[in-house]
Amino acid sequence: MTAEAKPTAARYTEFHPRWYRPNVSVYWWMGQRQYLKFILRELSSVFVAIFVVETLFMLSALKGGPQAYADFQNTMASSLMIALNVICFLFVLFHTITWFNLAPSAMPVRLGGKRVSAFLVAAPSYVAWIVISAGVYWLVTSWSLT
Amino acid sequence: MAETITLEIARYSPEQDTAPHFQSFEVPVNKEWVVLDALNHIKDKQDGTLTYRWSCRMGICGSCGMMVNGEPKLTCATFLTDYARQGKKIRVEPLRYFPVVRDLVTELTDFLAKLKKAKLWLIHPNQPPLSDGEFLQTPTQVDRYKQYAMCINCTLCYAACPVVGLDPIFVGPAALALAQRYNMDSRDQGSGDRLAVLAHPDGVWGCTFVGECTRVCPKHVDPAGAIQQYKLTAVLEWLKSFVTPRGAGKHDG
Repeated sequence: MTAEAKPTAARYTEFHPRWYRPNVSVYWWMGQRQYLKFILRELSSVFVAIFVVETLFMLSALKGGPQAYADFQNTMASSLMIALNVICFLFVLFHTITWFNLAPSAMPVRLGGKRVSAFLVAAPSYVAWIVISAGVYWLVTSWSLT
Repeated sequence: MAETITLEIARYSPEQDTAPHFQSFEVPVNKEWVVLDALNHIKDKQDGTLTYRWSCRMGICGSCGMMVNGEPKLTCATFLTDYARQGKKIRVEPLRYFPVVRDLVTELTDFLAKLKKAKLWLIHPNQPPLSDGEFLQTPTQVDRYKQYAMCINCTLCYAACPVVGLDPIFVGPAALALAQRYNMDSRDQGSGDRLAVLAHPDGVWGCTFVGECTRVCPKHVDPAGAIQQYKLTAVLEWLKSFVTPRGAGKHDG
């Protein structure tokens, strides 16, 4: 007589219960410089958004007439707003530079079967940034003179 | 430079410990010794119970990946002298974000399941008969995917990627880069089959472009680049689905 396999209470578990499974700390991004840089890059989007909101408020004030625009300028001249804008500006610079530098990785350009160097892919973004910034500066200064 | 260096090694015995602890060992600093040589020295001369994986000793097999002073490294390519010169200790831990089986050995079932999920093999439903001969490729066609084909599955990129730690179902850098390797292969027709896994919140869209996977890769595979490039492909496929709603992207190789 052959012994029949009896059903057992043991259950197959896919993962060994005694493995040590480390938890990821909430502060994982503080332990390493590269992680901190990544978090700051992500955080910089908030400051970009603040600049956008400020611009929308400025346009709204312009639409509201000279008095509304003067009020807006007074608000922006406060030391708190100047400090906020300096921080925003630094973060926007950081945001721009880090994303421009990542562009070659996301965008492999090939010419004649060979991959174009990272410098040549990133450079047009910087050139466009400088040209557009200079154009905006010229526009603002020439308007304010007239 | 010091004649010996201290290695602080994470020890974990599933029968005795609830969490890993560190044990220090002194090893001689020989000019040509890498961390793996030091581990072999400890196992041979000091403590035979030390457990770790290794095989080729030349950066080919991808078995000896560990955290060395907090950085994912192939221990066969990490020289003791680089640390001894700075007077540093060397702290060796199992690769981050993986379950630990014992000491420095990590569990790879989940990683291997992800490789399978991404269908990392040549898919060629209309394969011509063998009598037709080989699949010939031009050097340009090989160049398109060669960088991604250099992956040795060492999992250093998983240990470098915080998304892997925070979202364990994220397919992960190596599997996504290898998927791109097959998608870009002129012999493959499976990009449509891989689309559902890759263009998914747990696929390429799970990646936040930390970029650490690319930095630590010992084979310069650039998984972060592969993932960002596939994001564009995923968007184009999504747009294409409006034009050709049925069967878009199916076997489009």
